[in-house]
Parts: sequence; C-alpha cells; structure tokens
Amino acid sequence: MTFKAMTSKEVTQKVFNKEKLFILDVRNEGDFQDWKIEGENFTYLNVPYFELLDGVEGIIDQIPSDREILVVCAKEGSSVFVADMLSDSGLEVSYLEGGMKAWSEYLEPVKVGDLKNGGEIYQFVRIGKGCLSYMAISNGEAAIIDATRMTDIYVDFAAKMDAQIKHVFDTHLHADHISGGRKTAEQTGASYWLPPKDAEEVTFDYKQLEEGKDVMIGNTKISIQPLYSPGHTIGSTSFVIDDTYLLTGDILFIDSIGRPDLAGKAEDWVADLHETLYNRYKELSDELIVLPAHFMIIDELNDNGSVSEKLGTLYARNHGLNIEDEAEFRRTVTENLPPQPNAYQEIRETNMGKINPDLDKQREMEIGPNRCAVR
Amino acid sequence: MEAAKVLDAKGLACPMPIVKTKKAINELESGQILEIHATDKGAKNDLAAWAKSTGNELLQSTEEDGVFKFWLKKA
Repeated sequence: MTFKAMTSKEVTQKVFNKEKLFILDVRNEGDFQDWKIEGENFTYLNVPYFELLDGVEGIIDQIPSDREILVVCAKEGSSVFVADMLSDSGLEVSYLEGGMKAWSEYLEPVKVGDLKNGGEIYQFVRIGKGCLSYMAISNGEAAIIDATRMTDIYVDFAAKMDAQIKHVFDTHLHADHISGGRKTAEQTGASYWLPPKDAEEVTFDYKQLEEGKDVMIGNTKISIQPLYSPGHTIGSTSFVIDDTYLLTGDILFIDSIGRPDLAGKAEDWVADLHETLYNRYKELSDELIVLPAHFMIIDELNDNGSVSEKLGTLYARNHGLNIEDEAEFRRTVTENLPPQPNAYQEIRETNMGKINPDLDKQREMEIGPNRCAVR
Repeated sequence: MEAAKVLDAKGLACPMPIVKTKKAINELESGQILEIHATDKGAKNDLAAWAKSTGNELLQSTEEDGVFKFWLKKA
C-alpha cells in the first residue's frame, strides 16, 4: 500500500463537514493531551512514535478499517516514518503535511455576510488554534481586524479580491498569538490601529482607536465604529461594522466570555468586564451578529465553519451573560481559570515590539490552544 | 561524566535523533553512558519520555547555543 499527504485544508474540510476520521497522533502524551486536532466525528489513538521504532504490530488491531486514517506528529517527520510502516502492513493511511506546526498556522477564509453595495465580510478561521480574524471589503478597499502573523494570507486574499488593504486593527493587545497587524500594515502601507490603553508600552507608531472616531472603507462608506469595551484588557475595543456586525475581540465569545487575568490584573479588570457584558453590550441591538476573536470548542462552529451568532441569542444562551449575582460573576472569572496560554508574557512583549523572536521561536511560543475564555 | 560513546545527531529532524539514540544504546553494555548532541527542539521532551518508557536513565541535559546535550545511562 502507499501512503499520502493530507493537507491542513483537507482536514479543515473534514472538520467543517463533520466527517469521520481516525487520528493516530504519534507525539508524546503530554503534547497530545495539551492540544490536538478536534473534530466532532474524529476518533483518536495516541502512541508516541518512539514506542513504534521496532514496528507497528502492537497497535495494528487498534486501527479501524471503516474510516480514513491520519497520522499526525509535531512537524511531519515522525508521522511519515509511522505512516510508512503502517502502509507496509497493508493499511491505506495519510500523514498530516507539515504536522501540527502547519495545522497551527492554517487559516480558512469563510464568508460571513454581505455589506452594503456589494461589500463583503470574511472570517479567517485559524482552526488549529481557535483564533478568528476578519477582513471587510468594500469597493476595492479592505480593513483587517485581529490579523495573525501569517500576513501573506491576507495580502494574497485582498489581491485576489482586487482590494487594497487600507486599515489594520487589533481589538486589544493579544496574549495568545502574535499579531500580524503591524507587519501587514508595513507590507501594504495601511494604517495600524490599536487601543491606546493597551499600547502604552509599545515601541512603534500606531493610530489611536477611540470611540467616536469612525473609520470608513470604500466609496460607499462602510463604517467601522470603535466601541470601548474593557475587561479582557483595559483597552479592549469592539467594532460595529456596517451597523450589522459586532466584532467583540476577546470580550464575548459564542459559548464563553473573556478572561480578565492575562495581564496579571484580574481583580482590577473584572468590574470593567462586568460593565461591558452586562451594560454596554446590552444597550446594543439584539440583531447585531457577534463575530468574536476566538472559539474555544469545535461545537461553536456553524455548519459552514464560521463562528457567529446574534447578540440577542447570546444573551439568552451564553452562561457568562446570565450570572445574576455580581459576586458570583467575580468568582467565575477570577477563580478556577484554565491554564494561561503558552508563553503569554513573551507573546505580549512581542506584540508590543519589545522583543523580536525569529520565526521558529514564534511558532514555538504559539504552540497549543488559545485559552482566552472562561466558560 | 565519562561517556562510553558520543552520538552526533545535530541537524537531524524528528524521528531520527531517537532512532539513532536507540541504535547507539543497543550497542552499549548496561550501566554505560551515551552522550547525545542534537539540535531538534522536539528531541528534548521526546528523549526524556523515551528514556522513561524504556527504563534507560536520563542523567543530565544541557542546552547551549542551540545544541542540546543529553547523558543517558543504559538500563
């Protein structure tokens, strides 16, 4: 039998389509437990490759014959090694091209809706890490929100859509992933906007995001309204785009809410978070479509792979928006928090421009899920 | 620490550092020490986990200028 490569794009389609897939993950147990490829109908076996150096006979009877088999490792090498042995044993298998490294960096663009006069808004789903970034396009001009460091993807996409990137925004200083905002702005000549309260220590020039200072793209003037919404960070700013979409950054997710502790200030910021979620957002239209900067679990994906929901629906269903007692809210978002994202302090310093790690180091810093939410 | 053998696995990517380590340790006597040099970052966790699963003892590991060194005592 032969074995072949499966790309992150192909795996992403299987996630979106809820297909069956058997994943033999040959990374060590700690890495597998920390972070793996999630799919509603995916099943798993984790056996480190170094336990298979003498052959795969010991695990052959644990591999199903009724579904596709994908061997996964960190960077590809070990999965090829194991796939080769499985194939010699008569199985038809694939390995994940580029391993978890490629999986972490893969972005799938999904159209989430139309804007006035032919404009469109796209969500870039970073399926491996749960990060969501956005591009709004109108009459040949584009704005990007919460760009990842894989900036070529946005630049190429905009070129394909015949749009010039004019504005790049970050809703806040990110702690879970390295922002591609500054790099995208440098590559394209766009303006880079940050909330000033999150940017006090940054080492580069930026434009200050302020409520009331709306930004327009396209001849037909799609408005991008900043809305100050602190809590995850002190500067956290949401956007209302075209009076239809509410980009919440890391304040409000589909099935969870933001955590206030990643800059070490949970106690200080919990009141801001409460004010934003229970008062500021409540004043907005229930019909706004919430587009968050993350998803945490695969159940938050819609059938087309996008992540979005009406604000009114979230007020009815999201547990984090329905904690009556403020003291209980405080406990929920300050106690028993999930582990912090990998290397979050170094990631914050990178996003401030204080340190400039090389690409390998950046990849290593971003290993793992985003962990920006509290359920 | 007196190593009976030094394995140069620098520049090799996963899984080769462990494959070579396993081969080299097979050629040693029980109680002898193998010194391994590697540059693949993944080798660090994997070698520790492999040592644990095989009963060989990881005595020491260092990192300097991007080179990881390990001293492994054969069970």
